[in-house]
Amino acid sequence: MQSGMTWQRWTMMIPAAVFFLIFALIPMLIAVYYSGLQWNGISNPQWIGLANWSQVLANGEAVRAILLTIEVMIGSWIIQTPISLLLGVFLAGPQKHRSFFGLFYFLPLLFSSVAVGVTWSYILNPNFGIVNSILQGIGLGGGSQNWLGLPGTAMIVVIILISWQFIPFHTLLYQGGVKQIPDSLYEAAHIDGAKPWHTFFFITLPQLKYTLISSTVLILTGSLTYFDLIYVLTDGGPGTSTSVLAMDMYQQAFVNQNIGVGSVLAVILALAGIILSIVLLRTTGFTRMESQLEGM
Amino acid sequence: MNAMPEVQTKMHTKRSPGFSLRRHPWYNVVFSLLGFIWLIFSFYPIFYMLMTSLRSQQGFLTGIPWMPSAHPTIENFVTVLQAGFGQFFLNSVVVSVSSVILIVGSSLLSAYVIVRSKNKFIRLVFNVFLVGLAIPIQAAIIPIYIMITKMGLYDTLLGLILPSVAFGLPLTLLILVNFVRDIPNELYESMGLEGAGDFTILFRLVMPLSIPSIVSVSIYDFIQSWNNFLFPLVLTQSTQTRVLPMAIVSFQGQYTMNVPVLMAAVILSALPLILAYVFGRRYLLKGLLAGFGK
Repeated sequence: MQSGMTWQRWTMMIPAAVFFLIFALIPMLIAVYYSGLQWNGISNPQWIGLANWSQVLANGEAVRAILLTIEVMIGSWIIQTPISLLLGVFLAGPQKHRSFFGLFYFLPLLFSSVAVGVTWSYILNPNFGIVNSILQGIGLGGGSQNWLGLPGTAMIVVIILISWQFIPFHTLLYQGGVKQIPDSLYEAAHIDGAKPWHTFFFITLPQLKYTLISSTVLILTGSLTYFDLIYVLTDGGPGTSTSVLAMDMYQQAFVNQNIGVGSVLAVILALAGIILSIVLLRTTGFTRMESQLEGM
Repeated sequence: MNAMPEVQTKMHTKRSPGFSLRRHPWYNVVFSLLGFIWLIFSFYPIFYMLMTSLRSQQGFLTGIPWMPSAHPTIENFVTVLQAGFGQFFLNSVVVSVSSVILIVGSSLLSAYVIVRSKNKFIRLVFNVFLVGLAIPIQAAIIPIYIMITKMGLYDTLLGLILPSVAFGLPLTLLILVNFVRDIPNELYESMGLEGAGDFTILFRLVMPLSIPSIVSVSIYDFIQSWNNFLFPLVLTQSTQTRVLPMAIVSFQGQYTMNVPVLMAAVILSALPLILAYVFGRRYLLKGLLAGFGK
């Protein structure tokens, strides 16, 4: 009776199952169906098979959106990982001023992507933004650099701002990781006369392996979903230079009212999410790590 | 010395890993300097929000942009409040609180069944939920939009809540299952011997024990819902259903170059989290991490 299913237990499963089925699972499957339609969302839909797929793949739109998404993924990993790691180690130290710094480090976490995006768009404004004023003040640039309006800089700025927003979160992860390293390891290293960078590379870093894995998994999978910040900062532009998969999907479906093409991009996004998760689970043992921590 | 390694480690358990740096002062100085540079980079934009929100529009155009105004004013906050901010704030509260209650409530019921039964079908259902972790909201938004429209829920708060619940479930369920699984079997057994049914066990045993993880996961779900932008962007349009992230975007269209008013709106939109940070930082940070870091 203990481990069997009673009608009562079936009932308890219903709320979560119904919500998930209707508003997550079924829509996912419908997206696959929509990707074969020619439809503006209002008139009668027309089944056109794989035409949307061949169009999106042939005109390079999908490849471009995928490459931009990968660019965000790699760029934000490269920026966020070393900085968060160092900040995490920094904050885990016993010095008073470090925890004082920490009070400020975590403040960006309190604001939504929309709030962050709007604020930065003013800080970077070519006419009155303070970044240009400061650069001009120290003799760099003419003071009217349009950071988000030029294809050459827009993506880099977007990646930097994504990192600005999420580094505090990953710092928090690493700080927690460092605090779990047994002090006896450091004490032993000290007795052996190890220098600080030795302890960092031979104790701290290897001990943070699992934190590094979780942080990496979250950065890579999270990169698929950065939409809010890009919407507010560049709206995918200039041109298509920041039109990552999620952005491109939104514009096709809700701006151009091309449900079919938008759905193709949505399905690619879902596949990317699933494939990425499987690859990461297989190569990093993310789940094994969790079950290992469960015992602690 | 070697005879008492236990004592040795115990003596140092209070110390944090960074203690060895104390013996290398210059290293500490360089590290702190880098930490200070990051402090400026991460805090300055927040400081910019605050000082700009306290400037008059006139002062914004003529004052020194990177220094606080000599004549701070709260007129921008008044402007924001008069522009219907209270209504938008209330909408956000309704959506977020209802979502959290529905997500956590239904996850807890399911987590209990998933942990307590060995049924193969239930195991499969749990695995399907876990696949949901990998699927971004953006991948399902088009059919959700069509569906919500057909249900007559377009531009309603309920239409925002329902899909938010669905996408909040997988992670919440995973965290609660991991927690409920750690409750020792003997506790279930002793309650079972007293003839307690599933609901009694859930309310008398599981819920009280899970309070810490319920609190963390509720904070996490609240923040997710509070800051969600894609659902309101696609599923609402009128001022009656406007939630805060949408309000900021529409203020941006309305007050284009009135940066002080916008910064006031940005600060007010984060009010619950700012208060939580001031009064319960530990809980907030723990909630932000959800189940990712232990």
